[in-house]
Amino acid sequence: MSQPGDFVRPVVLSDGVSGQEAPPAPPGFPRGGHMEVRGLSAWFGPQQALFDVSLEFRAHTVTAIIGPSGCGKSTLIRILNRLHEVVPSARHTGTVLLDGEDIYGPIADPVHVRRQVGMVFQRPNPFPNMSVRDNVLAGFKLNHQRRADAEEIVESTLRAAALWDELKDLLDKPGASLSGGQQQRLCIARALAVQPRVLLMDEPCSALDPVSTAKIEELIFALKERFTIVTVTHNMQQAARISDFTAFLMQGRLAEFGTTRRIFTSPENKLTEDYVSGRFG
Amino acid sequence: MNSSLQSAAAGDSSSAPDSRFLRRKAVNAAMTAFSLACVLLALVPLISILAFIVSQGARAINLDFFIRLPKPVGEAGGGMANAILGTLELVGLACVLGLPVGILGGAFLSEYGNSPLAPAARFTADVLSGVPSIVVGVFVFALVVRPMHGFSAFAGGVALAILMVPTVMRTTEELMRLVPGSLREAALALGVSHWRTVLLVVLQNARGGIVMGVMLAIARIAGETAPLLFTALGNRFWSFELNQPIAALPMQIFTYAISPFDDWHRQAWAGALVLVVLVLAVNLVARVAVRQRVGGTP
Amino acid sequence: MTSPHLQAPRPARPGKRAARPPKGPAGPAEAHAGEPGGTAVVQAGPGAADPQSHPRRSLGDTLFKVAAGGFAAVVLLIAVGMAWVMTQAARPSIRAFGLGFLVSSAWDPVRNAYGALPYIFGTVTSSLLALAIAVPLALGIASFLSELARGPLARVLGFLVELLAAIPSVVYGLWGVFLMAPWLRNGPQAWLSRHLGFLPFFRGTPFGVGMMGAALILAVMILPTISAVCLEVFRAVPRAQREAALALGATRWESTRMAVFSYARSGIVGAVILGLGRALGETMAVTMLIGNRPQISASLFAPAHTMASVLANEFAEASGDLYLSALIEIGLVLFGITILLNILARWLVWRTVGRFGSTPAA
Repeated sequence: MSQPGDFVRPVVLSDGVSGQEAPPAPPGFPRGGHMEVRGLSAWFGPQQALFDVSLEFRAHTVTAIIGPSGCGKSTLIRILNRLHEVVPSARHTGTVLLDGEDIYGPIADPVHVRRQVGMVFQRPNPFPNMSVRDNVLAGFKLNHQRRADAEEIVESTLRAAALWDELKDLLDKPGASLSGGQQQRLCIARALAVQPRVLLMDEPCSALDPVSTAKIEELIFALKERFTIVTVTHNMQQAARISDFTAFLMQGRLAEFGTTRRIFTSPENKLTEDYVSGRFG
Repeated sequence: MNSSLQSAAAGDSSSAPDSRFLRRKAVNAAMTAFSLACVLLALVPLISILAFIVSQGARAINLDFFIRLPKPVGEAGGGMANAILGTLELVGLACVLGLPVGILGGAFLSEYGNSPLAPAARFTADVLSGVPSIVVGVFVFALVVRPMHGFSAFAGGVALAILMVPTVMRTTEELMRLVPGSLREAALALGVSHWRTVLLVVLQNARGGIVMGVMLAIARIAGETAPLLFTALGNRFWSFELNQPIAALPMQIFTYAISPFDDWHRQAWAGALVLVVLVLAVNLVARVAVRQRVGGTP
Repeated sequence: MTSPHLQAPRPARPGKRAARPPKGPAGPAEAHAGEPGGTAVVQAGPGAADPQSHPRRSLGDTLFKVAAGGFAAVVLLIAVGMAWVMTQAARPSIRAFGLGFLVSSAWDPVRNAYGALPYIFGTVTSSLLALAIAVPLALGIASFLSELARGPLARVLGFLVELLAAIPSVVYGLWGVFLMAPWLRNGPQAWLSRHLGFLPFFRGTPFGVGMMGAALILAVMILPTISAVCLEVFRAVPRAQREAALALGATRWESTRMAVFSYARSGIVGAVILGLGRALGETMAVTMLIGNRPQISASLFAPAHTMASVLANEFAEASGDLYLSALIEIGLVLFGITILLNILARWLVWRTVGRFGSTPAA
């Protein structure tokens, strides 16, 4: 597994002058990002949702975040892509780093952060008034960026999302006319098209049937070669199946974090053991 | 319900419980009949107006009406071509002035509802929509006609725009609010900035309803007479300059209707038919389409 | 097979959004093809660095907020502007006549004496009469549509009542003058004159046009407004209220009376006031049916005048500063009354139905 340090170097940007040029990536080599969370606490108004959470998401891994409802899982990942702050009463303290850089730093632009850290939501939300093709390219179209390789992007991301064979003749159909599972994979393709380093998935399969869920789990497994994936899930079997690392959150606190194997076979924390074996949750 | 239960509920065994129950049923039936009668009564003027306009107007309408200018007083014949064109010009001018304010203002109310400006503007728009159109005409007279030293199409356009803005603003706001938050989040998560999200995602998804709302607003101002009486004033000839008085269909209908000439009365009917057909057609299309979209909520 | 745009690095393209100067000519800097110019996560937007860790708005966002806010503020400008401009323009008249303007019956452009009393009387009387006719009808319509009619029927009927609101005022006037007024004169008014002509309300010769004609047509015009708001208000009553009454053995009418009317009372009052506001300002149809004679009379057959119709009739040809100013003052009075009524009405309706109209307050 590659180390994140190979491709990232600190860059000073406030004056527009960069440090050294990054070495060109070898053709085909993916560049997943490495994220770190240190001492993160978060609030919605007076209500505290996260208490001093520290975590690491290694590049090219799948990390699952599990825990009972209301434990702060969604809040946590929304802080990772700066979507949490869109809610007016939201605030947080602590540091979040992407490849060593503070995404909440004084010169950080949330819009750019969200380009680098993509998200797939619980309920599929393709843009209803756009075709499949336009949905995939939405990240570019909405920013008025024309891509000469647009068709290639569409094909490659739909392939990456295991949708190409099903939809290659239906690219002009409206995005909302697909089945639930297809819509969600379309949303994944849409997120992939802008080439994020990290892909966040907020319970991506909870609104889908088992067949679609299985397809998406295969997808996640394949995608980690190129991206870093953080997925929130309610489904522990799913976490055990697809993730390399697991973080167990309880009521806004990180109860335990470690490799999936260890968490599920010999957890250190009694709470973890109870949750994982279904005694509560 | 048997009578023993009824008398127990009525709580007294001396008076005839059945008759009290019957009386209540009778009152209920009467009220039901009354409310039905109200509805039917309300439809009488509607049907009468439509029937009268169609019958009188159809008799009076001919090609001349659409392509000829009004004849001098007392002469028969002529048409309302300039008034029809004038209405189109005035509505167009009002749209140019009023739509950006209404739509973008509505977008502000919807997306930045937390700003202190939003509730103030919302409340003011609601209150402003209740101001009589003739008062708006007085305002525009003092604001535009006096400084310009003359009546003009521009003043008429301003008056109609002022009438249009509050309704378009509130409609836009309501429709943009209906766009689900998940679409906003989807765009933000792709790294699209907030203003682009509002314009390219939220506004686009509300577009159909906003168009309908605008059409309804246009139908309303196309039929307005009062605010034009002393802003656009009216004109018996073609008029294409913005700083000259201009004719409008409703005003022409009014002038002809109160005149003593039968021929002008005929033409007034023709004008009313054209106006009502246009206004009702727009209304029908807009309301039916909105109903389909929103699923039956009036 | 990896996709092309994950592979070979592309030359940096100057992005539209980035404020950074273009990179050196060495070109291929990153594998991330889409991003103009950098591998870096964060990018400085234009503007000063904020020392605290608050989310920074881009220039585009700020500009948009300011522009859109500016447009929204236009309504405030219009409202304030109306009050200001009309007050200024009415000042000569206010100065000349003071409060006496509101109680004087003079109206003489030749001698420059003006008083608004007949117009105020005409406006208030015709509107109140219209309300007296329209409100019971509107309540009946609203309760029929909300309680008794089933889905498609309710929709169609409701739609037809709404259509009444879409007909332009001048068309109402046309119908009123050529159809309703003659009918009134030859039918109801003739009967009233014959049988009840001794009453002060029915004295004099019926012309068709006059206070009664104006009140009737106003009633037809404000009916859709009042019934639409009442319908909204009735529909906002929770079903539980009605069902509680029915469960106690009430008839349908009784449950409506107990549950709906009392719950929606303030909303109904609001609807009535909204209707009143509309009636006060209605111009064209009234002008064509009220006779346009500034007089105060108890008879419903007599012609009268309203504030709106004197403006419609005399404004365009008014000359002389004081004359115009007096007319503008009438407009100002009308403005003030309708604004106040509107505020009151909306507050009352909001209390029942919630701030955004048909959606109850969350």
